[in-house]
Amino acid sequence: MSELAIELKGIDKSFGLVHANRDINLKVRKGTIHGIIGENGAGKSTLMSILYGFYQADRGTIEIDGRKVDIRDPNAAIAAGIGMVHQHFMLVENFTVLENVMLGAEESQILNAGITKARAELKRLEKEYALEVDPDAVIEELPVGLQQRVEILKALYRKADILILDEPTGVLTPAEADHLFRILGQLKAEGKTVILITHKLREIMAITDAVSVMRRGEMVATRVTKETSVEELAELMVGRRVLLRVEKGEAKPADIKLSVKNLTVRDSRGVTMVDDVSFDIRAGEIVGIAGVAGNGQSELMEAISGIRRAASGSVTLAGRPVDVTGHADPAELRKRGLAHVPEDRHHVGLVLPFEESENAILGYHDDPKYRNGFLLDIDAIRADAEEKIAAYDIRPPNARLKTANFSGGNQQKIVLAREMERDPQVLIIGQPTRGVDVGAIEFIHKRIIGMRDQGKAVLLVSVELDEIRALSDRILVMFAGRVVGERTPDASEGELGLLMAGVEGRKEAAE
Amino acid sequence: MDVFQVFIELAQSTVRVSTPLILAALAGLFTERAGVFDIGLEGKMLGGAFAAGCVAYVTQSVAMGLLAAVLVSVLLSLVHGYASITQRGSQIVSGVAINFVVAGSTVILGEAWFRQGGRTPALSADGRFGTITLPFADSLREVPVLGPLYSGLLSGHSLLTYLAFLMVPASWWVLYRTRFGLRLRAVGENPGAVDTAGISVIWLRYRAVICCGILCGIAGAYLSLAANAGFTKGMTAGKGYIALAALIFAKWRPTNILFACLLFGFLDAFAIRYQSFAFPLIGKVPVQLMQALPYILTVILLAGFIGKAIPPKAGGVPYVKER
Amino acid sequence: MSVPYAKLPGWAEYGLIPLVNLAVAFLISGLVVLIVGESPLEAAYHMVNGAFGRGEYIGFTLYYTTTFIFTGLAVAVAFHCGLFNIGGEGQAYVGGIGVALACLAFDRTLPWYLVFPIAIVGASLFGALWALIPGWLQAKRGSHIVITTIMFNFIAASLMNYLLNRVFKPLGSMSLETRTFDAGGQLPKLDWLMSIFGLSVGSAPFNISFLLALVAAFGVWVLIWRTKLGYEMRTMGHSPAAARYAGIKEARIIVVTMMISGGLAGMMALNPIMGEQFRMQLDFVQGAGFVGIAVALMGRSHPAGIIPAALLFGMLYQGGAEIAFEMPSISRDMIVIIQGLVILFAGALEHMFRPAITRLVLGLTPATRATVTKGA
Repeated sequence: MSELAIELKGIDKSFGLVHANRDINLKVRKGTIHGIIGENGAGKSTLMSILYGFYQADRGTIEIDGRKVDIRDPNAAIAAGIGMVHQHFMLVENFTVLENVMLGAEESQILNAGITKARAELKRLEKEYALEVDPDAVIEELPVGLQQRVEILKALYRKADILILDEPTGVLTPAEADHLFRILGQLKAEGKTVILITHKLREIMAITDAVSVMRRGEMVATRVTKETSVEELAELMVGRRVLLRVEKGEAKPADIKLSVKNLTVRDSRGVTMVDDVSFDIRAGEIVGIAGVAGNGQSELMEAISGIRRAASGSVTLAGRPVDVTGHADPAELRKRGLAHVPEDRHHVGLVLPFEESENAILGYHDDPKYRNGFLLDIDAIRADAEEKIAAYDIRPPNARLKTANFSGGNQQKIVLAREMERDPQVLIIGQPTRGVDVGAIEFIHKRIIGMRDQGKAVLLVSVELDEIRALSDRILVMFAGRVVGERTPDASEGELGLLMAGVEGRKEAAE
Repeated sequence: MDVFQVFIELAQSTVRVSTPLILAALAGLFTERAGVFDIGLEGKMLGGAFAAGCVAYVTQSVAMGLLAAVLVSVLLSLVHGYASITQRGSQIVSGVAINFVVAGSTVILGEAWFRQGGRTPALSADGRFGTITLPFADSLREVPVLGPLYSGLLSGHSLLTYLAFLMVPASWWVLYRTRFGLRLRAVGENPGAVDTAGISVIWLRYRAVICCGILCGIAGAYLSLAANAGFTKGMTAGKGYIALAALIFAKWRPTNILFACLLFGFLDAFAIRYQSFAFPLIGKVPVQLMQALPYILTVILLAGFIGKAIPPKAGGVPYVKER
Repeated sequence: MSVPYAKLPGWAEYGLIPLVNLAVAFLISGLVVLIVGESPLEAAYHMVNGAFGRGEYIGFTLYYTTTFIFTGLAVAVAFHCGLFNIGGEGQAYVGGIGVALACLAFDRTLPWYLVFPIAIVGASLFGALWALIPGWLQAKRGSHIVITTIMFNFIAASLMNYLLNRVFKPLGSMSLETRTFDAGGQLPKLDWLMSIFGLSVGSAPFNISFLLALVAAFGVWVLIWRTKLGYEMRTMGHSPAAARYAGIKEARIIVVTMMISGGLAGMMALNPIMGEQFRMQLDFVQGAGFVGIAVALMGRSHPAGIIPAALLFGMLYQGGAEIAFEMPSISRDMIVIIQGLVILFAGALEHMFRPAITRLVLGLTPATRATVTKGA
């Protein structure tokens, strides 16, 4: 018996030219909650995927409980007592909870025999860990918090001693996250080992016993949580001191440029995603929308920009109404001065197989300056792209390079250059720095403030509360599709967190 | 001829025409529920029919013929599997390719081996599936109503026809009551869930594709060993596509497949028998319309005008571990 | 990191890989010839000789090439928009109605150069209409275009059978075809073009629709890479979400693309109907719509690739006829096998040899790793 649950020695992994993990060493003590923290793309998920047998390391060894093991596939990982809760749930949506839990651990060729046993075992686990879920509920009808519970149940059902959770709170409200942490605490009390992957420092400080920091594929440090600080971890994560506050002057709000009144949006299944939302944004101010992912922010942005039809309500852009419930047209709105940096640049904001110059006109390809009679004026398009490349320091400076070959930060700059250089009246910007390297974050933040100072009305949506607080002049908090409160940027994190959890909001509504 | 007699005859030929459709549609069910789309049912059936025709003639054994059909069809399935599972190629393109390769090679090889214009030589009774007369069929024939139903409709089909109809509940049972079925349905919806549960997505899909091959092979053998006495060029004549249509029409469910195939089989049987039948009110319906009806119905269903057919979520998409 | 393969230089990407895939398809076809008990080399000789040995043979080869350029372009245009139009066969078949109507109406009163444009409009219009319905169903109802177009091929076959039987067949005729067109419904052969090279077209039906096919190929290139519509189609093809974001009308683009695709397929009907048979016969398409899939895959959906790919298949079809004549045990169905194998290796298995070729090429020229630019 070793006191270490896991020991990784010299793990190395490359994907083509990308070196995802470099010579990683890690020790995780039994019965502890061990955090692994790092920015997006630091290599955390790759490392855990190796531990779970999803990928094979190019070099290095894995020891579980002091014994060297060869984890060639998830099966071997399960046999070694490792369970994993993936960031994107690995559930079959039209199966019941019970079927999902049983999948891969059915016991016998014919299902019936296993079903009774599985039911009993689920009951036991439910009791032991307070993980109540109806075993006969169909997954797609469950809220995300419960779906995550099913994932945990799957691991426990397979008798996992080591549980890996990959960014488990990304989709949860703070209340759900708290419940999750209580469950994790209970697991620890039962002697299980938990590995928590996250990029949220607060979570690390709240529940872990030890924390390892990854940066650019390397394991840069391991600390005992009690002996470290948020500041130290942040610095380890990014490699240098970060500007916790972006330099910006006083806002000078002028006329109302964007006015949203009683906007309601439903998704394709008829579920209300945006519920009676109203707000105004003035020229020269940044209004930030804070909220846990999935509380209607995406649908709100899509409705305002004409991508998604609203069920009811009205939007006014620079004094003229937008037909959000009818035939609002993104192309038309662009012409009226609405620029939109979408949340998902890989699938929405850019067409990755296109040349850079082709992406630099996406959405503006109707502009007469890119036209030569009936045809597209390729020379004008490339010249225009090269100007933007220079202005935004996009690297490599090659307008004919395939967009997929640019880094995340440079791809985001391509989108920003396209949307900002049009002198828009209103800029809607979603997750401006998601998957973007630190250097580019600063650049992007400065540009956003720059837009404000030029007198644009900016609507900023981000799940990074720090970003919202640093950039916004006013903060609206969304929960379950509703704006549950408005605060100034100096509101405390705790206050905003409660709003994001819907706690304050519900109270206000009840009174 | 009285109406009842007409009904029995029509029902009898409906059953016969439906048999290969049921087998092929169930074949498609296994692979498509596992997330591998297959428009190559036609080719596999044709290849199976050809192999059955050749081997049954050479060996004079119907069993060997059936075995050969299954082997060839499974082999073709494995090519489709290799292209779409291992090489992650387009499943549609692979299916189209297999249909062509088989359409061409059955003719070329058949002509080279037998020199009968792409046919295989006519089979003697030993090389064919005979009809099975159920017990007492003859003596019960005279019993009113039930007699003809039993001896005219239920009795007198080939072994493969009974097998095809038995395969419907059997497939249901496999898909919904066994571990294999649970995993197969899971891999067609979310292969990631299967992979992380420690089950090999690739092997599971290969097994599904093999099941498809087996059933298509039997369907092919039915055509050349039971419905006909040997292989003729292009003898599937679009049955693989009708089966595909039936599979979609049935919304990828075993029981529905039975009814969809019987419906399409009935349309076909009817069109063949009553080319100039005058319907009350409508009058004569062109035989071409009757032939096109299964396709038209499928298009209408797919368009969601009568219910909605939702294909398996991971269908058509090769599985790539995400990064 | 959406591309799992290292970038290859243009000559390897667009030259070597298709060639290797093609070579494998031919090798396996050679095996089939061996199984049949004939010599693959002899077959290859007859194929090439039969396709290019004489002016007349070349004329036939180019006649088939014309057909395949149209159907190949049809499939390619849809591919660029992310649509797999498997219905070229049916669209070409129905396109025949447009040609037949134009010819039957005007062949006795107008000269061919006036009937031809009317027939072009008719062919593309009917082809486009037949593609419109699957396109519309995909755009508005979400029906899978592959399935719908397959179904429409069968529906087209029934429809044409009916029409030839009940509408187009002259009274008293037994065969399912229209009457033979007069001079106005007959396209001139391109013997002047052949004679430039000192060749005689002989009895080959190599006609002016070949030039139309070349114009169509150029037109498709302009459409895809030089027009707003083409830009929108490619955006749709790569990312429907990005297209929606960019304000591109998804439904409209799908329907328009399918109509262009169907129109191109329909134009194929001009070649056999006005250029060879001078009448519309049952099953005149003869699988050309499906050959278009092979041609588009081979030609990487680019007109510059589609023309040589169509020529290749033209060679197969004409040379295949010669093989069938010289080697009785090999019928023209051999082409169907080759076609299937080309679709398999150039389409579904296109990446099979890529890792090996990548190792080989990058091993030979390590410098190519560094600069990565997209070839036009």
